Amino acid sequence: MSRIELNAVRKNFGTLSVINGVDLDIYDGGFTVFVGPSGCGKSTLLRLIAGLEDLTSGHILIDGRDVTELGPAQRELAMVFQSYALYPHMSVRNNIGFPLKMAKQSEAVIDAKVRKAAETLNLKDFLDRRPGQLSGGQRQRVAIGRAIVREPKAFLFDEPLSNLDAALRVQMRLEIMQLHKSLGATMVYVTHDQVEAMTMADRIVVLNQGRVEQVGSPLELYDRPKTLFVAGFIGSPKMNFISGALASKHGAATIGIRPEHVQIGDASGAIHATIRIAEHLGSDTFIHVDSADLGAMTVRATGNIEAAPGTALSLTLDPARIHRFDASGQAIF
Amino acid sequence: MTLVAWTIGILMFWPILWTFLTSFKTEQDAVLMSQLFSTGWTFENFGIVQERSDYLRFAMNSVIIAFGSTLLCLLFAIPAAWSMAFSPSKRTKDTLLWMLSTKMMPPVGALLPIYLIFKEYRLIDQHIPVLIIMFMLNLPLVVWMLFTYFKEIPVDILEAARMDGAGIWQELSRVLAPMALPGIASTFLLNVILAWNEAFWTLKLTDVHAAPLTVFIASYSSPEGLFWAKLSAASTMAIAPILILGWFSQTQLVRGLTFGAVK
Amino acid sequence: MATRHSQGLARLAVAPSVIILFLWMIVPLVMTIYFSFLRYNLLNPDIGGWAGFSNYYYFITDDSFPGAVLNTLLLVASVIAVSVIGGLGLALLMDQPFWGRGFVRLLVISPFFIMPTVSALVWKNLLMNPIYGLFAYLQELVGLTPLDWFAKVPLLSVAIIASWQWLPFAALIILTALQSLDEEQKDASAMDGARFFSYFRYIMLPHLARPITVVILIETIFLLNIFAEIYVTSVGGLAGNLTYLVYFQGLLNFDIGEASAGGLIAVVLANLVSIFLVRVIGRNLEI
Ligand SMILES: Nc1ncnc2c1ncn2[C@@H]1O[C@H](COP(=O)(O)OP(=O)(O)OP(=O)(O)O)[C@@H](O)[C@H]1O
Ligand SMILES: [Mg+2]
Repeated sequence: MSRIELNAVRKNFGTLSVINGVDLDIYDGGFTVFVGPSGCGKSTLLRLIAGLEDLTSGHILIDGRDVTELGPAQRELAMVFQSYALYPHMSVRNNIGFPLKMAKQSEAVIDAKVRKAAETLNLKDFLDRRPGQLSGGQRQRVAIGRAIVREPKAFLFDEPLSNLDAALRVQMRLEIMQLHKSLGATMVYVTHDQVEAMTMADRIVVLNQGRVEQVGSPLELYDRPKTLFVAGFIGSPKMNFISGALASKHGAATIGIRPEHVQIGDASGAIHATIRIAEHLGSDTFIHVDSADLGAMTVRATGNIEAAPGTALSLTLDPARIHRFDASGQAIF
Repeated sequence: MTLVAWTIGILMFWPILWTFLTSFKTEQDAVLMSQLFSTGWTFENFGIVQERSDYLRFAMNSVIIAFGSTLLCLLFAIPAAWSMAFSPSKRTKDTLLWMLSTKMMPPVGALLPIYLIFKEYRLIDQHIPVLIIMFMLNLPLVVWMLFTYFKEIPVDILEAARMDGAGIWQELSRVLAPMALPGIASTFLLNVILAWNEAFWTLKLTDVHAAPLTVFIASYSSPEGLFWAKLSAASTMAIAPILILGWFSQTQLVRGLTFGAVK
Repeated sequence: MATRHSQGLARLAVAPSVIILFLWMIVPLVMTIYFSFLRYNLLNPDIGGWAGFSNYYYFITDDSFPGAVLNTLLLVASVIAVSVIGGLGLALLMDQPFWGRGFVRLLVISPFFIMPTVSALVWKNLLMNPIYGLFAYLQELVGLTPLDWFAKVPLLSVAIIASWQWLPFAALIILTALQSLDEEQKDASAMDGARFFSYFRYIMLPHLARPITVVILIETIFLLNIFAEIYVTSVGGLAGNLTYLVYFQGLLNFDIGEASAGGLIAVVLANLVSIFLVRVIGRNLEI
């Protein structure tokens, strides 16, 4: 359980600068999620924390101690890789026990700890199998088991669920959250899955091109995105952006409105539109409309709505829910 | 189709089969082509060869030189290949290709200096110096083969080991080596075969004391009356061990000999 | 894995191999270059001093030189032609399903594992001997006069032996490449003759272009240096190649200077080929 601080962290690969000055405070016991588009530097930032890459400049502190120059083993962090990175030639038991063995713990201690971890993770029946003989979810659990046995100061996860199918992903998501609760450990979690970020995080860090765009709780990011980028990135379906006359009327270069904050009325309303296509999800319907004034928009409606393509309708934007942005993409509050 | 393939297969193998069969014949039978199978089977050729040329000593030398040089190769090549596969730098590609090009230097380019050095320092016909030449000769190939095998191991796993607190030695010995074992084994095998059959430097740099089987066979190059059965017996004894190893390694052979260009 | 610490260790780990290979490459080469400009004959220790380019001059104008060059080129070209064409045929054959394929594959690949001194002697005696050899026997069977292979066609004889050794190599590599061709493409082509031909021409050959290039280049390098086959069959005087000539000048005539000059000519020749090979392999190398 630890606090991790990043001070002006930069990382260049040759001439390519991947992390451009990140300051971040990762609280003790928190669940922090890094999100951002592919290639924005999430993994790199995590690996910098882990000690698998050198910083070009800046400092990393764990519990106030400067670990910038320490190797990965001395930082006492554990990492769960996207590929699980299990040792294929070792049994599950030895995989989980490996960090303890490296720490020169006695056989008895190792055995007890492995047993306990296996119990927590429902792996008791598989201890003597090789990773190759396990399902994806089981492998994932072994990787987590290997991380928890050494009681690290913090857990680092790099897209741990992206190789699993949808149902398993939901289940593992819950398990990891539960683990977080029961261990009370600091966890840093990289994902580019919206839902994972929103549901799991205490705090989300939105990264873009190696910079922190915004840090905040999921609802803060949803309700008060500080930039156009964050507004577009958080929320699904994406926020609608409108520029031009309507935006100027609100005193902004661009305004944004989420699909769920657009109301549909009959054709007599202020903004006219026609339905292009509707996606029925059961609980909701996403209606894609074309509007002469505003261009293409997405609207979220109830599940049982009739929405034949070509139907004309009118839209009303909830004025309290309009986000305003200036020409440089910064939010105007 | 089956018939054609079998015919070609047997034709290709014929010289080896013929040698093998001849080695059990009497010298009189050996020169009778009409006699595929001998009338008088005998093992005495093997005994004569051993007695006349001391086969076992040459075989022992072959083992020492082939296995010794290969082990030495692995000792140097495993760290080098590990480094190039998992921590490549800008120069890694050039280094690999340069190593390859040293393998392509014709031996006559180095023959005279090496020969003179060996003569000057009385190294001719000594085990260790020949073994070292063989080691340098095959080092590039071993590095290359190991490199292509190591490349297939995800770097994540080695990083996980580092996170788990493994030091460099433990990373190599407990994680990389066991995972790469099949690759290391086939590299070992192929290199033993190449070293066993190397017949330029061994012919020039050894004589009796440290000479391997290539030299042993060369001593049968001058014809002397009826000697085919003995020649065949000697040949059989020289090639049998390595042929069997070769059969085991043939699936891995291609990758090794084409430097990963064909898999 | 790119921390300064691990990078440092990594550089340290390649260093021994690089240093050893560098020495192995450079020391003999520099000495050979040095010798090639000296008057240096072990039989005449009194003669010494600089020779300028005269060693090169004498080596090139030696009576055996044009023959050695010709032999070298003929040997390389003929063995490559045989092994590539034959290897392609063999590979196509062994790519078909038939009974005992794995075993036939073992039979075909075997010659490659035979040490050159053995194959040379076995062929010279058991097969090509003009009186008792198998070939002589077969020729007599059909009423021909047996050919004294090593006396009449020494170069051809060496080429046959070398082809026997290298044909399996080419076949195995081409076969491996063939087997990496898409199975579905293969199934689609298991049709009539005309279709097979166009499949061969438009799909298979392009796919095989690179493996065949690699085979040609690697064989060239090994065949340029072929020695044991010539040495133990004692046809050096009749069908010696450049390698043999260098050996002859240096270790039989003890003319170190001239032999060194010859060795350097061989180095240049081999490098011309290896540049291409290194390019082909380098293009395919991902780091
Ligand atoms: N070892 C490296 N050498 C050079 N460039 C690298 C290296 N590792 C990453 N990069 C580059 O750094 C940038 C950020 O990579 P990173 O892996 O951190 O992205 P990411 O946010 O994790 O993306 P994804 O969501 O696709 O995993 C990319 O442009 C990548 O190409
Ligand atoms: Mg990533």
